[in-house]
Amino acid sequence: MSDQTAAAQVNRAGLTKTEYRGATSTLCAGCGHNSIANQIIAACYELNLVPEEVVKFSGIGCSSKSPTYFLNRSFGFNGLHGRMPSLALGAIFGDTRVKGIGVSGDGDTASIGMGQFKHMVRRNPPFVYIVENNGVYGLTKGQFSATSEKGLTLKHQGTNPYLPIDIAMEAMVSHASFVARSFAGDPKQVKELIKAAFSHRGIAVLDIISPCVTFHNQEDSYHSYIWGRSHATPLHDISYVPAREEIMVENFAEGTVQEVTLFDGSTILLKKLEKDYDPTDRWQAMHMLEEAEANNWLVTGLIYVNPKQPTLFENYNLPDEPLNRMKEEQLRPAPETLEAINASMG
Amino acid sequence: MSVEAASLAPEQQDKTNNFSITFCTVNGSGSATANNILLRALFKMGIPVSGKNIFPSNIQGLPTWYTIRLSKDGFLARVEEDDITVAMNPASFAKDVTYTSPGGVLFYADDIKTPITRTDIIAYPMPVKKLVKDAAVPATLREYISNMVYVGVLAQMLGIELARIDEALDYHFKGKKKAIESNAAVIKAAAAWTAANLTKTDPFHVECMPITGDFIMADGNTAAALGAIYGGVQFTGWYPITPASSLVETMNEYLPRLRADPKTGKDTCVVVQAEDELAAIGMAIGAGWAGLRAMTSTSGPGLSLMTEYAGLAYYTEVPVVIWDVQRVGPSTGLPTRTSQGDLTMAYFLGHGDTAYIILIPGSVTECFEFGWRAFDLAEHFQTPVIVLSDLDLGMNQWMTHCFEYPDHPMERGKVLWEADLEKLSGVWARYQDVDGDGIPYRTVVGNRHPASGYFTRGTGHDENARYSEEPEVWERELKRIANKVESARSQVPQPVISTMPGAELAIISMGSADPAVEEARALLVQAGIKSDYMRIRATPFAPQVTEFIHQHNRNYVVELNQDGQLRQLLSLAVSDSTCLISTAHGDGMPLSARWIVSKIMALEEVKQ
Repeated sequence: MSDQTAAAQVNRAGLTKTEYRGATSTLCAGCGHNSIANQIIAACYELNLVPEEVVKFSGIGCSSKSPTYFLNRSFGFNGLHGRMPSLALGAIFGDTRVKGIGVSGDGDTASIGMGQFKHMVRRNPPFVYIVENNGVYGLTKGQFSATSEKGLTLKHQGTNPYLPIDIAMEAMVSHASFVARSFAGDPKQVKELIKAAFSHRGIAVLDIISPCVTFHNQEDSYHSYIWGRSHATPLHDISYVPAREEIMVENFAEGTVQEVTLFDGSTILLKKLEKDYDPTDRWQAMHMLEEAEANNWLVTGLIYVNPKQPTLFENYNLPDEPLNRMKEEQLRPAPETLEAINASMG
Repeated sequence: MSVEAASLAPEQQDKTNNFSITFCTVNGSGSATANNILLRALFKMGIPVSGKNIFPSNIQGLPTWYTIRLSKDGFLARVEEDDITVAMNPASFAKDVTYTSPGGVLFYADDIKTPITRTDIIAYPMPVKKLVKDAAVPATLREYISNMVYVGVLAQMLGIELARIDEALDYHFKGKKKAIESNAAVIKAAAAWTAANLTKTDPFHVECMPITGDFIMADGNTAAALGAIYGGVQFTGWYPITPASSLVETMNEYLPRLRADPKTGKDTCVVVQAEDELAAIGMAIGAGWAGLRAMTSTSGPGLSLMTEYAGLAYYTEVPVVIWDVQRVGPSTGLPTRTSQGDLTMAYFLGHGDTAYIILIPGSVTECFEFGWRAFDLAEHFQTPVIVLSDLDLGMNQWMTHCFEYPDHPMERGKVLWEADLEKLSGVWARYQDVDGDGIPYRTVVGNRHPASGYFTRGTGHDENARYSEEPEVWERELKRIANKVESARSQVPQPVISTMPGAELAIISMGSADPAVEEARALLVQAGIKSDYMRIRATPFAPQVTEFIHQHNRNYVVELNQDGQLRQLLSLAVSDSTCLISTAHGDGMPLSARWIVSKIMALEEVKQ
């Protein structure tokens, strides 16, 4: 019995769940971002990831504070507003064996950071890109963001005259290889999607509606808990099955399950609900997002995945040995080569 | 003593290997090839030469000028007189003719019908269209090859050896036989036509000189790229901008043969063309943070965009190298003209209190040296290093000393790996000043020791890299960083000082102003004025810099910008700045010795 108790406390990496925790959150009580941080912890624990193999990044904003609230042992870099993608892209070249995770917000990604977000997406690095989307600027106390819906009225701001940006759609048109949307109030789905995102070989964009309890939690806004809970339409139930576990397809009724095999052999099982949705069909994914917008649905689940899309690193002829462990003799060409260059220019 | 007396009147000068030629052509017509071939051929004859391209911000169609200066005495600065004008552009012809010095020579394409009104110059026609038509060249290449006519005409008229021109063609076309032969055919035909049809009545000619010293001919951007490669660059994030683009393009050209791992054939350097300068530096800082020798290359507008990230790297202590190949600002300014106008921006880059190591190469070979040295300084001090080159240095071909192999091993700085952390039992703090030099230890991504990770943030942080808003912590940490950068003053490239016994005044300068200053000093000696000279090569200013200033009552600070930016910074470093006299000028053209001499002599008259 004592052995079993010990085994229950550590994962395959030999770590307890506590070892995946971060500092105490300084965000508001009830903030959706805290729930997401907890699911990142749970996902990494369940995936048996070693914290040193994960590198955390963020920009600026409430969301960007959250990398300190999970994976204390991991390297992390809280960079500039809207410019986390470039920082992360350069850093992961240091040792391509690490997996990057970035936490951003709707302002950080869809306003100041739109350019870097989309360019990171088209480069397809192995990276989990989470947008904690609350439709408002929290850290500067409640201004409209690019994802705020038209007609939203906020204290001190008046009524938002502009149409919102759909982060999932932006990711789609920029050739993202993995796009999902979830709702912070659905922790199980958030966790399953994060686990799938970590197993995806390229960039995984997770647009997670994360209500701001202080500045933006009105009943009629799709960034609120109340609206989200009543309007969320899951595309499918999601179960993530790690590669080393036997896949129990028979748990699902015949014809209602679609299996997507990820790069590392793990599988996402999608239990279809209302309609026949194929997340590997890029056109259908975009069509579905348009339809959802027209119908005022908050569609959650895996919107699109292409496990075969070439990754950033595949576009380079990189050595197996991490670049940042290379020694002078590998990096400085021999003196004779410089003599030859001088001779050619003389 | 008048300015005119300081430089000898043209008719008194020996015209052998001592004159300038300006080529007036149309941008995009292939004239750069012809000009570079002449430049290299003259260089191969052992004659000190420099070439300056004055080109428009345009791909094709606008006037462009290229000046080759031959100087048997080795003066390579820009000259303001054109002894020989080669006029190929009908649109600028009337104006181009006026640039020719009295007693000078005009070679012109004979299809230009504008009348030549000057009687004080010698004019030679060149049947460009006819010679090109007669050459066995495909019609599509005719325009590009037409400039080879003046190569042949000048070779014949000035005495440039055709064998040297063949060598230059071989270099330029990288041994591609067909291109070499078709160009050589036009050159030979033009030379033959000249021998048969033109009678030389001018005094200009060239002859071989014994080559002294190990010289090569290269541009500063190529030198910088090679320097970075020999410095072990592992990551470059960049965004195209004139005049910096050729730096990374040259890097891309050389990397496959110099930096493929000999055992695996894999690349040991990554180059990413970013979406903009904001991302270019972000990538470089990310890579620097992850332990790679990382850099970016840009010009003034790009450095403006990189400012916020540079401040982050300064405060989070991330090594990164930023090349700024300066052009004329503010704003888009003159994108194809040269300037030393980014010095104060670089010095004060970013909001809040910052300080940077800035390297200022004064020659092409120094671009190579600073190319590798910048990484050693950045990693040693864990801070951004900015290298200020400029368009004149970066894009023009210069006769320069051979590149010298780095004279010491790479300085990778204080990086803790798994074994180091094991010895420390995992006890370390990212921003702790363990050694009393203000430089803390760091770990990098990929380190598997459970105590290796830490959180980097641009917000206030303590020695343990934890978030802090404590007033004492903020002040203590920022002061440590400032002291750390300040301590680099004795390790950055020291100023180059050259003295003359009995010198009564001093000149201080930097970067590509160097050749014009050296020539100006020689001219001033002819006018009876001796000068000491200090060329500043880096900030923070070395102790010698203030010593030199204090030793002289009058320090003329010569620089290529409007406001006298070097003088502004030096005035902050000395107690009494009245001894620093601004001698600044910025019109987009490289400084000339004549301008420096006239300015200093005028200022001297005011003083006396």
